[in-house]
Amino acid sequence: MTTAGEARTYPFSEARGLELDPTYRALRDEQPVARVRLPYGGEGWLATRYADVKTVMSDPRFSRAATVGKDIPRTTPARQQGTTILSMDPPEHSRLRKLVAKAFTARQIERLRARAQQVVDELLDRMAEQGPPADLVEGLALPLPITMICEMLGVPFDDRDRFRAWSDQLLGVTAFTAEEIEQARAEFRAYLAGLIEQRRRTPSDDMLGVLVQARDEDDKLTEDELVDFGITLLVAGHETTANQIGNFVYTLMANPEQLAKLRDNLDLVPSAVEELLRFIPLGNSAAFARVAVEDVELGGVLVKAGEAVLVSTASANRDAQVFDNPDQIDLERQDNAHVAFGHGVHHCLGAQLARLELQIALKSLLTRFPTLRPAVPIEEMVFKQGRLVRGLSALPVAW
Amino acid sequence: MTEGRWRVEVDGATCIGSGLCVGTAPDHFELVKDTSHPINELVEPAEAVRDAAESCPVEAILVRNAATGEVVAPEQ
Repeated sequence: MTTAGEARTYPFSEARGLELDPTYRALRDEQPVARVRLPYGGEGWLATRYADVKTVMSDPRFSRAATVGKDIPRTTPARQQGTTILSMDPPEHSRLRKLVAKAFTARQIERLRARAQQVVDELLDRMAEQGPPADLVEGLALPLPITMICEMLGVPFDDRDRFRAWSDQLLGVTAFTAEEIEQARAEFRAYLAGLIEQRRRTPSDDMLGVLVQARDEDDKLTEDELVDFGITLLVAGHETTANQIGNFVYTLMANPEQLAKLRDNLDLVPSAVEELLRFIPLGNSAAFARVAVEDVELGGVLVKAGEAVLVSTASANRDAQVFDNPDQIDLERQDNAHVAFGHGVHHCLGAQLARLELQIALKSLLTRFPTLRPAVPIEEMVFKQGRLVRGLSALPVAW
Repeated sequence: MTEGRWRVEVDGATCIGSGLCVGTAPDHFELVKDTSHPINELVEPAEAVRDAAESCPVEAILVRNAATGEVVAPEQ
């Protein structure tokens, strides 16, 4: 181990598939809050233990708003913009979140179950007609969450090719140039502005319509906040779940005994989804640093006011202090309090929607295609590179 | 002196320990073994408490007027 004063280069390595760099484990054991140096913004702290990660995400002494416009440690050249919900602290954050929180409660999301099932059934029908083989990414993983979030927001599904490209670029880390990312952001904002103008001419009761009303009638948010909120909801509403559907199925196929266990007992689907959320590191690296607004003692070090702290939720989810046999997949795991959706005020707004989509996708896929298997050797599956989140370029399957 | 005060309840069986309330209103909620509890059941009216109840993803927080029992948050 290096001494506490010496910063490690971070990310530790270019992510390979869904593997988690072993350095996290070493740091959890020996240096739970460690100095790291990022490609942009210099040095900061990295928290790798479950308890510290949760503290940083929920203690108001660690601020997201304090990162806005600053040269803080990060993996991308662009500095944090201030008009997105992810860059706000309470009470500003609460002002925006409250506008849509109701639509994402467990109770409201449960009402979408029948619609999600219908979407999945239609997608699997099409796969069955056209295959085997079939690409599960294009056939199921992408269209399911895109359809659901489009219908909630009121974004035309037919525009998906356009916003998918922008979304992919916005989540680029090294895959695109800063100019390409800025261009994508500008085009995405113009597109959202167009949808917003439509609602000003013809009011609607979809989520974009509700947000436009909140702006125009109650002045609850600024025009920039409105546009960025639309983008955030649309991007976060599909990129994460789409990649995880592919990652889940890939992980099960790479562990055939787990796949068989789940297929033979579909009652395990809810706990299996939680376990795969815990086990699979969706993010390529820690992102969205917080800045301490006062001196805070954390994991045995003193984080000084103004210093940045990154947290690795993927590492927290493998913390042996909290999870027995953390590097093993246990589809029946109980008391699985993982932090895959984050913790604190930025806890994923769409968590319940993601759970619904992941549960229905897995269950329906294994019911419909009980002999599901990879159509090419599993080690030949190709993951996208240079993105904020991990996911497969394609997932060829047969049955 | 409970007039005007709010009574805060958390349904521990429904709570998923997201930490939203703790982050939103740190003076009013705490997590004990991944389940939220109000630090005080009777509180002076505070926007942060209302925000926490409105933001809870499983609607586990109920805020009522202590004197009348009328629901303050979440809005129905």
